[in-house]
Order: sequence, then C-alpha cells, then structure tokens
Amino acid sequence: MWTIIHKMGSPPWFFRFSGALVRWLLPLTIALLCVGAFWGLLIAPPDFRQGNSYRIIYIHVPAAVVALAGYYVMAFAGAVSLIWRIKMADVTMRAAAPVGAALTAIALFTGAIWGKPTWGAWWVWDARITSMLLLFFLYLGVVALFEAYENKTAAARACAVLSLIGTVNIPIIYKSVDWWYSLHQPASIKFMGESAIDSSMLYPLLLMIAAFYCLFVVAVLLNMRAEVLWRHRESGWIQQLVERA
Amino acid sequence: MYFDTLTALWYMDGHGIYVWVAYALTAALLIAMVRLPISRFRRHWGWVEAERRRTSVSSPAETEEKGG
Amino acid sequence: MSHDVPSVSLIAAFAGQFARHAKALINSPADVANPLLFFFMVVTLFPLGLGPDPERLSSMAPGILWVVALLASLMVSGKLFASDFEDGSLEQLMLSPYPLAILALAEVAAHWFATGALLALIAPVFGVMLGLPSEGLLVLTLSLLLGSVCLTLIGALGSALTVSIRRGGLLLSLLIIPLNVPVLIFGTTAVYEAVVGGNWVSWLALLGGLALGSLALLPIAIGAALRVSVDT
Repeated sequence: MWTIIHKMGSPPWFFRFSGALVRWLLPLTIALLCVGAFWGLLIAPPDFRQGNSYRIIYIHVPAAVVALAGYYVMAFAGAVSLIWRIKMADVTMRAAAPVGAALTAIALFTGAIWGKPTWGAWWVWDARITSMLLLFFLYLGVVALFEAYENKTAAARACAVLSLIGTVNIPIIYKSVDWWYSLHQPASIKFMGESAIDSSMLYPLLLMIAAFYCLFVVAVLLNMRAEVLWRHRESGWIQQLVERA
Repeated sequence: MYFDTLTALWYMDGHGIYVWVAYALTAALLIAMVRLPISRFRRHWGWVEAERRRTSVSSPAETEEKGG
Repeated sequence: MSHDVPSVSLIAAFAGQFARHAKALINSPADVANPLLFFFMVVTLFPLGLGPDPERLSSMAPGILWVVALLASLMVSGKLFASDFEDGSLEQLMLSPYPLAILALAEVAAHWFATGALLALIAPVFGVMLGLPSEGLLVLTLSLLLGSVCLTLIGALGSALTVSIRRGGLLLSLLIIPLNVPVLIFGTTAVYEAVVGGNWVSWLALLGGLALGSLALLPIAIGAALRVSVDT
C-alpha cells in the first residue's frame, strides 16, 4: 500500500502505469456497459408497478452511487495532498471533481425523466433527488473554487479543506434531508425502492454499478494523464516519450 | 429476452420515449467524459511535438545567421 | 501548536482578539445594522409576493424567517475576514505564537454576537408581523441562537477560502449554501413542531449538537483556509 502511494507520487511512473491500466480497463468498461445496458433493457422483466420505465434504474442508481463515492475519493485525495503535499494527489482531486459532477448530473436528469411517468411530474422534491442536487452543488463548489485561484497549489489546498468539510457534512445532509422528507411526505408518492428487488433485476444493476465504477476510474485517469502531460511538458522524460513515439 | 418484437422494444408500453431519451443522454455524457480528456491529451501531445520541431529547426537557422 | 504556551495567555490572546474585533464592530454601527435591515426588508417582500392572507403567512412563517436569516448571514459572512486581509493583520495573526484556530474563533465569536445573536433576539418581532403563533416565538429565538453559531462558522470558512479571490461573492454562496442545509432543516422543523405542539426539544438538541460539532471542527478548517489565502 505504502509503496503504491509512494510510486503514485512519481509522475513518470504514474504515466506508464496509468497508460497500461487504461489500455485494458477502457475496453472492459465499454464491454461491461454494453452487456449491462443490453441485459437491463432487453432481458430483465418489467417492474409490476412501474412497468418498463423502471429500466432507467440501470443508469440512475449506478450514477448516483458512483457520484457519492467519487466525492469521498476526491476528499481522500485532498487529505493526502494536505498532509503529505504530494502533487499527484492534487492532480487526482482536480481530475475527480468534474467527473463526479458529470455523474451527479446524470443521476439528476435520469431521475427527472424517470419521475415523469412515475409521479406525473418532471421534478418532485423527493429525499434522494434533493440530496443528489445538494451533492451537485458541493461538486460545483469545488470546481469553481479551483478555477477561482490563480495559484494552483493554493487552489488544491483550499479545495482539500472544502472537500474534507463537505465529507463530514454529507452524511448529515443526507440524514437531515431524509427526516425533512418523511415529515412533509405526501402519501401519494411513496413507491420507489421500498420492496426488495428481485434477483433477475438485481444482477444487471450490480453489473452496471461495476461498469460505472470502472468508468469513473478510467475518466479520472485520463484527466490526470492530460494534466500530468501538460505540467511536465518541459521535462526530460516527456521529451523522451514524445521522441520515441 | 423480454420483448417479442422490435416495435415492442421501442414503445415499451408507452414508456419507451422516457427510457430511450434517458439512455441516449447518459450515453452522450459518458462518451464526452472519456473523449474530452483524450482530446486534451492529444492536444498537449501535439503541442510538445510542435515545440520540439520548432526548437530543432530554429537552432540551425540561428547558427546560419550568425555565420552569415 | 507545538509552542508550549501557558493556557492563561491563550485565553488572554482569545480575549484580546475578541475585543479588537468587537471594538471594530462597535465603531461601525452600519455593519451591525445592515443585516438587520436586510432581514426586515426581505421579510416585507414575502407578504407582498404571497398575498396578505394571514393564515397562509403564518403557516409559512418559520420557513420564511429561517431562509431570510440564512441569507442575511450569507450576506455578512463575505466581509468577515476581508478588512483583516486587506490591512495585513491576517499576516500578523500567522506570526502569532497562538494557534490560528483559536484566534480565528475569537473573531468569529465577536462577529456572531453582532449578527447572529442580535438577529435571533430581534427575530420574534418579525415573527409577530408574519403572524407566527406565539408558541413558536421562543423556539424561533432559541433555534436561531443555536443555528446561527453553525451559520456563522460555515460562513467564516467560506470567507476564509474566498478572501484572497477578487469578486468571490457569488462563489461564497455556492460554497456555503449546501453546507447550511442541515441547519436550515433542523431550525425550521423545531419552529414548526413548536407551533403544532410537537416535540421541538429534540430538534433543538440536534441543532445544539451541530453547533458543538461545528465549534470543534470548523475553527481548524478556518485556520487552514486562512493560511492558504495568506500564502497565495
């Protein structure tokens, strides 16, 4: 574990490692996404209450799950960058923020589209959707704060502080929104995910969650590679790589 | 396979439009999430290559100028 | 914190910092009055926008009062460290042997007395104007007293993060509004519960827990953020 963190701190090593990793992880991700989408759209049976509209679950839930996990990844990278001042941790945090924000956006608009046939409205202030919206704001805050600082080292440290406080706050936000919703809940809208999910629907869901996790890793690594290439464009090892190519 | 015909798959008992729009938008965003950093990487790579070519071309020119 | 400072002088440093900031606030009464005036004016807008129906207004009063209090704290928190940053006294704070978290906390405490606590004490007047039932008035003040501790501390963190950025105002609201959501929910729910005769004590207890947690954690984060802002 320690050696990996230590090696990850070295840009040339990261560059080689991530290149090899992406080369087989990207095709795997695409395959997983295709199989999962095919299974969820064509093979899984329809839900007995919601009919076929529930098939949106296979993108909505994975996006939401990975978006939330992504915030923790970002905050962890921020903590590493604050404590050990490892430059690669800055790069990781910077790369994870827009990817997480995009996943949150996916969870939000698929939730809205799902809401129309289910609740008859594009937007309902449901506890989960509202929490997702707040997570979206938290991500946007980190991205905007990073862009606002001209000194990128300072930007990374400021974002690390913000995302760590956000990490402490996220469980409180989720719990409070949950209570808020159950206090004000109108009786008519109460049928998402209460019943246990059948295994014929669960397997494609798990597959899609795995696929979204892989996609998150691939997208973050690709963003990091572009950033590392730019930061070290003058250095000898990049020049050598370009020369050899 | 749940659906018997392609039309049934397309209509999904009236929910097809919602499901397909959601999947299409998600696919577009996911592709963008992967394509954008790749094109950024290529742009930076091209910049480094061009910079190398520029410096290796300009340095002989400089010596020529000095010689002349 | 590696400096081994006697605790008496730590308290003295806290008090000194508190007094310095309190004096600055007393010398500029406009800064103290502005958030109260803002509160008053925005509360006036709601009956104009929603219509004068007393029943509707009184049912919405807890939410309106709490949202406006949140906005008022948002408005003033941007200025919290601004003058200290401009006149260089933040840099002097960095050189002080005392933990930055404690000194920042002193400043935030003075700020809280002038804005949060004052607003909480005056809020029942606006509650009466909106027709909030009298059962809710005391709980409104108590919830705002506890809640504004969190609001002020979170606002101070936002201010510390954005103080070195030009035109950081809009960014500040983006940073702190999502963090303020639990405070808003607990606060409004406490007042609603008091109005309907429910169990408002547990919601106040939750707010108190949030306030204690913020007091423990946020000064450290504020200190770290101030260091980043001064170093750039």
